[in-house]
Amino acid sequence: MTATGIGAPVRRREDFRFITGQGRYTDDIERPGQTYAYFLRSPHAHAAIRSIDAAAARATPGVLAVLTGDDLAADGVGGLICGWMIHSKDGTPMKAGAHPALAQGKVRYVGDHVAVVVAETLAIAKDAAEKIVVDYQVLAPVVDMNAAVKKGAPVIHDVAPDNVVYDWHLGDKAAADAAFAKAKHVTKIDLVNNRLVPNPMETRAAIGEYDGGSESFTLYTTSQNPHVARLVLSAFIGIAPEHKLRVIAPDVGGGFGSKIFIYAEETVCVWAAKKVGRPVKWTSDRTEAFLSDAHGRDHITHAELALDDKGRMLGLRVKTKANLGAYLSTFSSCVPTYLYAPLLSGQYDIPAIYCEVEGVYTNTAPVDAYRGAGRPEATFVVERIVEVAAREIGQDPAAFRKKNFIRKFPHQTPVIMAYDTGDYAASLDKALELIDYKNIGRRKRESARKGKMRGIGFSAYIEACGIAPSAAVGSLGAGVGLWESAEVRVNPVGTVEVLTGSHSHGQGHETTFAQLVCDRLGIPIDQVSIVHGDTDKVQFGMGTYGSRSGAVGMSAIAKALDKVIAKGKKVAAYALEASEADIEFKDGRFGVAGTDKSLAFGEVALQAYIAHKFSGQDLEPGLKEGAFYDPTNFTFPSGVHVCEVEIDPDTGVTRVDRWVAVDDFGVIINPMIVEGQVHGGIAQGVGQALLEGAHYDASGQLVTASYMDYCMPRADDLPSFKVDHTTTPCPSNPLGIKGCGEAGAIAAPPAVINAITDALGHEDVTMPATPQVVWRAARKAAFRTAAE
Amino acid sequence: MAMTMNGEAVLPAPRETVWAKLNDPEVLKACIPGCQSLELASPTEFAAVAKVKVGPVSATFKGRVHLLDLDPPNGYRIQGEGEGGVAGFAKGGANVRLEEVPEGTKLVYDVEAQIGGKLAQLGGRLINGVAKKMADEFFGNFAKAVGSENAAA
Repeated sequence: MTATGIGAPVRRREDFRFITGQGRYTDDIERPGQTYAYFLRSPHAHAAIRSIDAAAARATPGVLAVLTGDDLAADGVGGLICGWMIHSKDGTPMKAGAHPALAQGKVRYVGDHVAVVVAETLAIAKDAAEKIVVDYQVLAPVVDMNAAVKKGAPVIHDVAPDNVVYDWHLGDKAAADAAFAKAKHVTKIDLVNNRLVPNPMETRAAIGEYDGGSESFTLYTTSQNPHVARLVLSAFIGIAPEHKLRVIAPDVGGGFGSKIFIYAEETVCVWAAKKVGRPVKWTSDRTEAFLSDAHGRDHITHAELALDDKGRMLGLRVKTKANLGAYLSTFSSCVPTYLYAPLLSGQYDIPAIYCEVEGVYTNTAPVDAYRGAGRPEATFVVERIVEVAAREIGQDPAAFRKKNFIRKFPHQTPVIMAYDTGDYAASLDKALELIDYKNIGRRKRESARKGKMRGIGFSAYIEACGIAPSAAVGSLGAGVGLWESAEVRVNPVGTVEVLTGSHSHGQGHETTFAQLVCDRLGIPIDQVSIVHGDTDKVQFGMGTYGSRSGAVGMSAIAKALDKVIAKGKKVAAYALEASEADIEFKDGRFGVAGTDKSLAFGEVALQAYIAHKFSGQDLEPGLKEGAFYDPTNFTFPSGVHVCEVEIDPDTGVTRVDRWVAVDDFGVIINPMIVEGQVHGGIAQGVGQALLEGAHYDASGQLVTASYMDYCMPRADDLPSFKVDHTTTPCPSNPLGIKGCGEAGAIAAPPAVINAITDALGHEDVTMPATPQVVWRAARKAAFRTAAE
Repeated sequence: MAMTMNGEAVLPAPRETVWAKLNDPEVLKACIPGCQSLELASPTEFAAVAKVKVGPVSATFKGRVHLLDLDPPNGYRIQGEGEGGVAGFAKGGANVRLEEVPEGTKLVYDVEAQIGGKLAQLGGRLINGVAKKMADEFFGNFAKAVGSENAAA
């Protein structure tokens, strides 16, 4: 390992820019002649629009345009799309209601886009929006999933008269039923996976621009995948052909999934830019972010686990309702289906699994992928029911898990996934040691002496990352392939630009990707720059989500680097007047085997460009190689997190006292960045477990629409984490990487709830386990103890 | 977002006077905080415009106010709804009951209101405080109006 190569804890190169205010985010960009968009949003959860009177708004000095859904329709602009087709049990395709970027005839959630005002200043746009008179016919809303599927419930989309988007299933029902028929013990649980608001530090923003001379558009936007945005905006929404639309996602301040999707606002900004003939900028305020960023999670689940007389798992049955909100967001349909049910085997050898999922429309904001996307929901089901089962049959929860772990690899689960490698027991053993499990009894007694209740909770999670083999996702309904592309451009003096289809919005790619280049080419890290986020520079890319940038994005770079080295050998062979077969590349030098003749990487780059030594030969000048890498399997990061909490039964306050994370991410490029990812993920998971919850009242008003009512985790809510690793390299990609970006958020919620329920001695605790929830649960525990 | 408020005020005037004031658009207009116009559309219906400021949101609400369940001089139900454009909407009503007491008339009110849009997004703690303040202001103004009239009489 070199100081900047693979495995080195290199400090993030991008951070100087960010922490000194030199980041360049979308809202920092000012275009000549720029105008400002303000969206008039629906105050009603469900209403028909009888009319919109915008005359007074249009007449306001400084207003360039007031546009509505009628204008979109008149221009033939298509609706927003959902790019993953899910079929119901009966083979019918999912019922995707129309999703215009500005409402056409009806609004379906509070915050739905009714009209846009484009003006010289934001203040003028806002003032003019006040003058728009919308005549709403208020309709009864439906917010609750169970109510939405009842007969006679308000219909949100005519295409789905029962508000069911799909009624999907996975697995072998007969096999699962047979397993339950022979079970000695069956554990049943009901769970709610609470709805979350993604809350990236930077809110969404967009600038649309139109150049009449070249008839081309530019969109600056806060995207995790600018090429996908361009594809959707051109091929489906029909704003402009792909070669006439440039999408730039500059510095992006966090996404957590919420910036994967193609939203109404950026669509409208690009379209409006041509209509007003000037650049149009929109920057979300925080309330708009709460209202209109795609939310996460929101499941109701009943699960049953069948055990034999020795406590071995025989079968799992899961029935889930997933709230998809008022419209299908870009990838919403796959999150509670193919990103969820295939993970229900967890780390366990469960011979039969059957899962049913109903996707439901409600009059709430669309729900889509949020850090972990389906896998936290699956892990919550598996790790809660496993914990409860161990308690019910009186086995130690760690030993019970260990007994049921998968031990032979590859392992084909009954729900699609073929786990390639792992050593789950190694992670668990290490975690038990680090948390000092053998002394938990003593710590519990100490807490009890202080009048506190201590509990310990485990979470042995698995995720499917490195998303994903294109053929596999294609067969499951994806409208795209999920490979990645890279281009390595070597300049004549040997500096290197890597153009990647991955997108960094906090992950530190400018550091880790450069480390790979240093490692392979043996050049200093300051001679490497990483370019991403511009469709005019990077040929194509699928972007960053699903912990795919390392396993897929870097594998593409590795492939391109291999090609650069291969070409370099040809160039070196001419320059060193040796046979190509005798050229070796080592430590940044091309040398002739068995001699002291060699050239540095930069010298070979120069030879490649001046081409003096091979002019007229087969070899082309220059040194630039591209690669597309399509993974052959998902990657399967796994690990064990253990959480210890101490509850004050008088106040219901839960203090997270200890946290151990032992993760197997395969090969780690930068341990410092990986640890940071684990920290951030745990914080978000603890946020879900203890603090966060997006809540709509019965009338469909979002009553948690600001930080006054939506509680985010802070440093003082968390202990110092003990983070450690075990390593089984991923066999399916050239770097052995599994991915680490979502692990903490996946692992944490069940660990916390298992710890709280352990402390309380009963299972009736819902997320977020706020002091009020825990206080009530603690009183219940006290009554129960008294009754006994 | 739904909220409820209730309260009572003792007014130094006979019940008939209070009842008459409760039905007088000019008095109501003077008492409703931020009311810019209140015009009689029918004996039991008003068209109202009120300017309201809640935290960072200020809006002009345009709406209709109805008087229902008229039971002179014992009370009525006053109900209304208004659209505040970008700020959202408000609708709701109050049951108002008048009781004779030695000091004059006791006015008892029960308000239930629903708000939506930006107003609701400000959060319950802010909205409930403002709503309570506005109700207090209304009934305070009303008590003054009744009191001054009575004094003048």
